[in-house]
Amino acid sequence: MNNNKTDGGTDSGALLDVKDLRIEFPTRRGILTAIDGVSLRLNSGEILGVVGESGAGKSLTGTAITGLLERPGRIAGGEIHFNGQRIDNLPAEAMRKLRGKQIGSIFQDPLTSLNPLYSVGRQLIETIRTHTDLTPRQARARAIEMLTQVGIPAPEQRIDQYPHQFSGGMRQRVVIALALCVNPKLVIADEPTTALDVSVQAQIIELLKQLCREHGSAVMLVTHDMGVIAETCDRVAVMYAGRLVEVGPVQEVVKQARHPYTRGLMGSIPKLGDEVEHLVQIDGAMPRLSHIPKGCAFNPRCPYATARCREEKPEFAQAGQGEVACWLWDGVNPATDPDTLFAEVSQAQRAKKQMNAVRPAPKTSVQNCGQEV
Amino acid sequence: MMNAIVAQDSMVAGAEETAAPILRVRGLKRHFDVSPPWLNRVLERRPRQFLRAVDGIDFEIRKGETFGLVGESGCGKSTAARLAVGLYAPSSGSIEFEGVDIGPLSRKQMAPLRSRMQMIFQDPYASFNPRWRVSKIIAEPIRVFGLLKTAAEVDARVAELLTQVGLMPADGDKYPHEFSGGQRQRISIARALASNPDFIVCDEPTSALDVSVQAQILNLMRDLQRQYRLTFLFISHDLAVVFHISDRVGVMYLGAMVEQAPAAELLRNPRHPYTRMLLDAIPDLDMSGRARTPVSGEVPSPISPPSGCTFHPRCPHANARCSVQRPATIVTDGGGQVACHAVEEGRI
Ligand SMILES: Nc1ncnc2c1ncn2[C@@H]1O[C@H](COP(=O)(O)OP(=O)(O)OP(=O)(O)O)[C@@H](O)[C@H]1O
Ligand SMILES: Nc1ncnc2c1ncn2[C@@H]1O[C@H](COP(=O)(O)OP(=O)(O)O)[C@@H](O)[C@H]1O
Ligand code: SF4
Ligand code: SF4
Ligand SMILES: [Mg+2]
Ligand SMILES: [Mg+2]
Repeated sequence: MNNNKTDGGTDSGALLDVKDLRIEFPTRRGILTAIDGVSLRLNSGEILGVVGESGAGKSLTGTAITGLLERPGRIAGGEIHFNGQRIDNLPAEAMRKLRGKQIGSIFQDPLTSLNPLYSVGRQLIETIRTHTDLTPRQARARAIEMLTQVGIPAPEQRIDQYPHQFSGGMRQRVVIALALCVNPKLVIADEPTTALDVSVQAQIIELLKQLCREHGSAVMLVTHDMGVIAETCDRVAVMYAGRLVEVGPVQEVVKQARHPYTRGLMGSIPKLGDEVEHLVQIDGAMPRLSHIPKGCAFNPRCPYATARCREEKPEFAQAGQGEVACWLWDGVNPATDPDTLFAEVSQAQRAKKQMNAVRPAPKTSVQNCGQEV
Repeated sequence: MMNAIVAQDSMVAGAEETAAPILRVRGLKRHFDVSPPWLNRVLERRPRQFLRAVDGIDFEIRKGETFGLVGESGCGKSTAARLAVGLYAPSSGSIEFEGVDIGPLSRKQMAPLRSRMQMIFQDPYASFNPRWRVSKIIAEPIRVFGLLKTAAEVDARVAELLTQVGLMPADGDKYPHEFSGGQRQRISIARALASNPDFIVCDEPTSALDVSVQAQILNLMRDLQRQYRLTFLFISHDLAVVFHISDRVGVMYLGAMVEQAPAAELLRNPRHPYTRMLLDAIPDLDMSGRARTPVSGEVPSPISPPSGCTFHPRCPHANARCSVQRPATIVTDGGGQVACHAVEEGRI
């Protein structure tokens, strides 16, 4: 079970160390495992991107780290260490303190993080004053500065307005200001820019980068936007059906993905200036939690699946400078170029198919990514 | 049962290159009255206020092509789209569908055209009746426009439509909540196709979907377009998606079309400072480490837009003329159109 990990060592001073995390939801029809043995490490000043289709478990991983997992969900296994301290079993009050000052979070839905009854300024100033010893006047100045940084125009006037007087995009920026105003050591940002225009998105991303640069903060950035990942992150973790399938430096994961799912995902993203008739298509859909296939969870959609994939869950193994959980890489030299490997596997498959002369492959599925991406 | 379209197709096929535009929009405006209530206007001496959601745009779409609209939130894309299919009445300007100005048409005169224009939205669920089975949802346009006579014909057509969008005929017996987001979007595409439309407005059709599902839907839309020579007006805030699917792209800012050109040309050679700013803001997958020009400022309120060129407060090339005179639209060599003094003066 202890097979999903992103780094070999133990307690080697990582700011955040999630070990073999497992989250379950008990239901009438049995226990659903939403997160199944996820391990992640995050160093100070580092930005880790987390990608995967909706329902893959990205948000749940984030909520577990911030201690906000709601009943009936429960951490059923594993540990979370922050700054050398185990935090997954901290009492609620201690966790709340940690959350305000050291761990900031930006959630997918901005409305849930803002109190509609208080002005935006009051919420910011209270947060700042709880966690610093700034005077009210200084705190207000800091609040205005934060609003400016997240691109709210005329912040001196806007600060005394209420959340409902802001547009959706502006509210999201207020939430970001709220999460960042005390310079937390760790920021969990769950799709902070998904609903925003590219123009605003660029400002927010720059702000996150600046926080890492100037305060050595670490950011776990959940997003669907590969462009954002490519421009922002140091490393990327790819999730599928509650499991981690690949982790590695951003260049490797984006350009030379080693997991068939990652390759499909990358190919399915339209790229500016690429004139293709069809995008790479991963047929089918992610399984429901109640029907996660045996073995590799991706096997029903994977063009490379073998009998072993349908039986055994793949171990995490070194590949390039990252790690991948896929049987294709079992026993393969980790330095192998993925394009070469996939070309070879496809060729072997074609040869086998010709021998067996069975049904033809669908026209645009992940098969094609051996040559593309 | 798609033969209605097929027949039409073979008639116009061949004339492809020289085809007149299926949609031609001229000087189109839509202003919303957002005045305070009468009493407040009188007591507080507040004037009437109009929001210029769409403020004089021109564009054409040729049959079988996709015209993409981009621009920041609130710039008027959805309003323009709704105007194009007659869901809003224009405040002024004209919309010609196959050469017929639809503005002055009565409801009754409009009816036959209605069946040939459809719309696909971001959140299909919101536009479905949750208590209707999928087959009934898809058959709705057929019934409304009285396209088929017998129940058996309708059933056969619904089964055919479900198959065309990659679902199974048996899915017609289910309810919308039993489907995933991507499948629901397939259902809404099937419903849009039910009346054999020629022109479909797609307003953020993939924005609520995962990238992998988005790829499935975009591939499907492209296949259907090729098969039935559909014409699309396509809106998305994801520029990469718009450029992937579109033949021609228009850039809107505060209700105006500031630039339009063939997609590849616009990408290669953006002329308007706003287009450049938008394209510059897109994070790229190449990790070239290219320094991005930070986008400055916000979209001003469309209720009291800036004078002259409405982009002048954010424009790095603005001069005195820009703040007083609205730039005229000029034709560029790449087959595009742009409205900017600096381009016209050859400054950029
Ligand atoms: N019925 C209406 N009454 C008043 N104002 C409206 C109405 N519909 C739209 N508007 C305003 O018109 C402007 C353009 O709106 P529109 O919905 O066309 O924007 P959009 O470009 O589609 O934006 P988004 O990308 O956020 O969907 C906005 O300022 C909006 O608030
Ligand atoms: N309260 C809950 N009860 C049951 N299942 C849940 C609950 N919250 C999340 N899940 C399930 O856990 C999985 C992961 O969810 P989530 O972390 O929100 O995914 P992501 O953020 O990657 O889209 C999904 O299958 C989701 O349906
Ligand atoms: S383990 Fe097998 S099924 Fe899973 S991704 Fe690798 S090849 Fe495909
Ligand atoms: S007209 Fe002037 S302000 Fe407007 S885009 Fe051109 S240079 Fe900028
Ligand atoms: Mg989520
Ligand atoms: Mg819109």
